[in-house]
Amino acid sequence: MSPRKKKVEWKRIDGRARNELRPIKIESGVLPNADGSAYIEMGRNKVIVGVFGPKEMHPKRLAKPHMAVLRCRYHMAPFSVNPRRSPAPSRRDNEISMVIRHALEPAIFLDRYPRSAIEVYAEVLQADGGTRCASINAATVALVDAGIPMRDLVVSCAAGKIDGKTILDLGDYEDQKGEADLPVAYMPKLERVTLLQMDGVLSPEELEQCIDLAMEGCKQIYEMQREALKKKYGVEKEGE
Amino acid sequence: MSSRHGVLPRLKRRKIQEAVESGKRMDGRGLEDYREITIRTNVIEKAEGSAEVHLGETRVLVGVKIGHGRPFEDTPDVGVLICNAEFVPIASPLFEPGPPKENSIELARVVDRGLRSAEVVDFSKLALIPGRQVYLIHVDLYILNHAGNLIDASAIAAIAALRSAMKPVYKVEEGEVVLTDEKEPLEIRKMPVAVTMVKIEDSLILDPSADEEEVMDARLTVTLDDDGNICTIQKSGSKGLTLDEIGKAIDIAVKKAPDIRGKITGS
Repeated sequence: MSPRKKKVEWKRIDGRARNELRPIKIESGVLPNADGSAYIEMGRNKVIVGVFGPKEMHPKRLAKPHMAVLRCRYHMAPFSVNPRRSPAPSRRDNEISMVIRHALEPAIFLDRYPRSAIEVYAEVLQADGGTRCASINAATVALVDAGIPMRDLVVSCAAGKIDGKTILDLGDYEDQKGEADLPVAYMPKLERVTLLQMDGVLSPEELEQCIDLAMEGCKQIYEMQREALKKKYGVEKEGE
Repeated sequence: MSSRHGVLPRLKRRKIQEAVESGKRMDGRGLEDYREITIRTNVIEKAEGSAEVHLGETRVLVGVKIGHGRPFEDTPDVGVLICNAEFVPIASPLFEPGPPKENSIELARVVDRGLRSAEVVDFSKLALIPGRQVYLIHVDLYILNHAGNLIDASAIAAIAALRSAMKPVYKVEEGEVVLTDEKEPLEIRKMPVAVTMVKIEDSLILDPSADEEEVMDARLTVTLDDDGNICTIQKSGSKGLTLDEIGKAIDIAVKKAPDIRGKITGS
């Protein structure tokens, strides 16, 4: 580090360190009419999630005799992005709804509620890169808030690459201008990855770095989810 | 569909799981064996490019249509590539006519991400009048028979069809796009290859059959470009994966992709 070799220091667009999350705020129990709900801000992402159920399945023929069916809908408000987007669900919305469902299913004791439905509605009010991760983080808290028994919390964040450097928790600009984006969802106690997607280009080594970064992020968010729940439901009782 | 959660699927799962644990699958393949891949290109004369791929009994037809039109609003100066999948009812008793369901949407989007992330074509060279008119490349995935692993078969067919495609040459006269009689090959820069495996209990098996997909715990698709870089990952299915399993899956994909790419270049 001689003063002569003064490199222009590489900085992220918002000045964060490479392994630094955006500020996160999670609040549970925000919708009086839902059985469970949560609101999350992850950077400038604002997502609100309502959970309904377990309730009767409609239409009945879709019910499963030995377990509950988890239904997820991810939806973006028309004003959440520039330019305005149509409120009709896009192909992207459909795919994200599906991967969110796959991310949450392993955590829920679905077999305790045969013939019923559990519904998760994620509404993206403002999008800033990483909305599926924010939706999963809020959905988990909302499911707990609804009193649905779960094996673990599901935590999600993305890692990726921009300017040849691997980074944690991509913002919108980094998502669009970056070389790769890798959203991950993880159950920290059970050590299972429940969502894994990637686009862009990464070497196998960079991919490993990104997965490590995402794990680091997930562990931090896990604590925040627990805090949000404790705040509403009081301090954890001794011996759980 | 109603029998899916009954006794039969559970028996099926047990049979398949037993087979996998013994190292040999129901159809006699080893855990990391692909079914036979055959590729025919230029099967549809009216399309600018086309390919039909058989992966065992899975059969996918891809047509590439190339025209011109308005660019996407957010990328006004580059060409457009759109991937779409049709699950036509002839392919499986499980497919019904109607608007695309999540499985066909996922298939189209995973293949699309592979092509886009690897930058198979130089999109910046596909603008005609920047901001107004660009080349539109439609890649339509048509599933003719569903016998499992549609993603890999479709990805092979998509890239094979694109490689065979001839794009019409346009000239710009007084701000209008005019079609000429000429055609030239569509320049393909990369060949992304998708490698899909499913997890059943503690085993990862490559190129799943329809039965194996029905009883799987989770599925993972890894797409690799020519340089061995990873350009798409998609995890699907209702169980989680350990980090070890993910690492192992990526190793397998890195190992298998060159074989498949060889089949495409040889076609």
